[in-house]
Amino acid sequence: MSSTEQPVTPTNASPDFNPVPDFEVAPGMQRHLADARVNVELDTGDMIINLGPQHPATHGTLRLVVRLDGERVIAADPVIGYMHRGYEKLTEFRTYPQVTTLINRIDWLSSFANEVPFVHAAEQLMEIEAPPRAQYIRTALTELSRIATFLLFLGEMGLQVGALTPAFYGFRDREHVLNLIESATGGRFHPNFNRIGGLKDDLPWGWIAETRNVMKIVLDACDVFEDLVLGNEIFQARTRSVGIIPGELGASYGVSGSNLRASGVDWDLRRDGAPYLSYPELDFEVFTHPDGDSYARYWVRLQETRESARMVLQLLDKMPSGPIMAKVARIIKVPAGESWVETENPLGQMGYYVVSKGGTGPFRVKIRSASFSNVSILPWMLRGVYVPDVVTILASLYFILGDIDR
Amino acid sequence: MSVLALEIGWGWMLAFKALVILLIVPLGALVLGYTFLLKMMSHMQSRLGPMDPGGFHGWFQLVGDGLKFLQKEDIIPEDADRRVFAFAPVIVVISTFLMFVVIPIGPVAIVANLDVGVFYALAVSSLSVIGVLMAGWSSANKFALMGALRAAGQLIAYELPLLLAVVGVVMQAGTMSLQGIVSAQQNGSIFGWSGIGNPFIFTQIIGFLLFMIAAQAELSQTPFDMPVAESELVAGYMVEYSGFRFLFFFIGEFGTATAFAALAATLFLGGWSLPGVHGLPAELLGPLVLFVKLMGVAFLMFWVRFTYPRLREDQLQAIAWKFLIPIALANIIVTAIIKVAF
Repeated sequence: MSSTEQPVTPTNASPDFNPVPDFEVAPGMQRHLADARVNVELDTGDMIINLGPQHPATHGTLRLVVRLDGERVIAADPVIGYMHRGYEKLTEFRTYPQVTTLINRIDWLSSFANEVPFVHAAEQLMEIEAPPRAQYIRTALTELSRIATFLLFLGEMGLQVGALTPAFYGFRDREHVLNLIESATGGRFHPNFNRIGGLKDDLPWGWIAETRNVMKIVLDACDVFEDLVLGNEIFQARTRSVGIIPGELGASYGVSGSNLRASGVDWDLRRDGAPYLSYPELDFEVFTHPDGDSYARYWVRLQETRESARMVLQLLDKMPSGPIMAKVARIIKVPAGESWVETENPLGQMGYYVVSKGGTGPFRVKIRSASFSNVSILPWMLRGVYVPDVVTILASLYFILGDIDR
Repeated sequence: MSVLALEIGWGWMLAFKALVILLIVPLGALVLGYTFLLKMMSHMQSRLGPMDPGGFHGWFQLVGDGLKFLQKEDIIPEDADRRVFAFAPVIVVISTFLMFVVIPIGPVAIVANLDVGVFYALAVSSLSVIGVLMAGWSSANKFALMGALRAAGQLIAYELPLLLAVVGVVMQAGTMSLQGIVSAQQNGSIFGWSGIGNPFIFTQIIGFLLFMIAAQAELSQTPFDMPVAESELVAGYMVEYSGFRFLFFFIGEFGTATAFAALAATLFLGGWSLPGVHGLPAELLGPLVLFVKLMGVAFLMFWVRFTYPRLREDQLQAIAWKFLIPIALANIIVTAIIKVAF
């Protein structure tokens, strides 16, 4: 080891340390800044402020150490780990069916979508496949949890830029979707419904008709959000060209999902990845936006919510009959081997690398969660923005703390 | 002197006036808080709101909230400047009290009919920012400090359009006394037709809109609520306050909203006057008429508050200096030309 230097962060930096020596100032602002320096004789210093771990804009316990010059952010350093629960290690002491209980809690807004890649990885190792009906139900529930997550985002984003009302509309309309998930799986937030080789239960009576009704509500809600939030001039003023992620840079940081599609990268694992669930049989559109700013991220998620509702309707039309469980031994033993399954979760690319040594539980599980990579771009994005924009950017990236810290 | 046609001595009169002023602020805050914050907002956001306490529509809820604040522990942060910290909410509320002094609620029912009524009302309304700055500075909290500085910047930007918006009304009425402005509206006529008098909202519609926008900023309500900005600064300058002191800020906020709504109703909607009602009926109906008009204006304010997102600080300044002030100046020039021409 040549050097044992600690990386300099705002937490351990000396007071006169300038974290961003080549701080770029917008061309027109250069003169104003110079004027300000000449005219102000008071000794001004940077202010270090802690956004979080308990701050309404951080969706939980993310801590941002922000170095401010007035209202302008000079440097921001996300500090994560306040919610670390050690799930990767815990999986090593659980059997395969028990692991799904844990991974429900990673991204708690779309728990069902979390289960799918892990169950898939186990099924791949066992070389079995769930029956078509189970695949369809899984797909429908995954899309429902995507709708639930995004409806919350569509309202929450309004709240973070200062409009209180959309948040309640988001919660209200998400309630219908959660009721659907609950009636099918028994759990609103943590369904724990997937079994290796299929599902726990078949759909209850009347679920399909009810889902059709709710999808109408969801599509209406999307129209409301388009009018109330997206079309609002103040919202546009707050989000346009705020927090721009260039497509290539985003990809190199590992940003995925809607965040990357909003930067013009046409990449969706449901279409472009290894085929999983019933997505190859569905007809759906992938939305991209060229701008890459907060507005684009809101726009893309709004369109994806609509598209998901249409996908659910398609799935209901095509729903095959048949069994919902493949033939699986009572005690599940997974043969030795390694498998990697990645899926398009609401928050982005989620993957499980499962290593099995042939027992009832996994030997090692590596969880690739979307939010962890998504927030890694924050220090780059938050440089030079105003404090209100910090909140806009945090909201538009849309991360879940459980998904960052695992 | 007579109120409601009763002859009473000046001592009783003074006591009566003091009582009215002392009651009107908490009462106004209570009514506006209940009607708009609890009920209207709940309806708009499709949530139930507290509907149980007290029976009918949960009328007791706000009183209960107030009582709750009284029981809370009074926390002063260790590093806080204790005297300034304790005194700040008082100043905010005092500025609200002072505004009501010049607002007439009937032909004679006014605490002090100042010749410079409008000027006085707008001047004392900006006193509250001193309290806000004190609160932000003394809290020993960075969020509070930022909120207070934002409030100060906002006040400087929006005091000007607020005043300029009123200038048109003053020119048209030919007086700065609020009572005079009301009678100018009551006795005016629209192209010779004096059926409803001449509420200045018709001729000064631009002034009215500017006044409402600037008042929204003055009250730090959405879309100009950066000083409190829940999602950014948690609660801005109020972040360290608890219990009764927080209640003071709350009363100040809604009391000032009442005052500004009453001021707008007086300046643009004819205040206490009802077309064709004079003398004793006007004295009796005056407070009620003003209350109805005030609630109409307040409805507009809170409708905007619950609908729009928040602007950014630099955008707020841009709107004030680049749009509102030039429009207000143009409005004054046009008013002056028309006033001279006709």
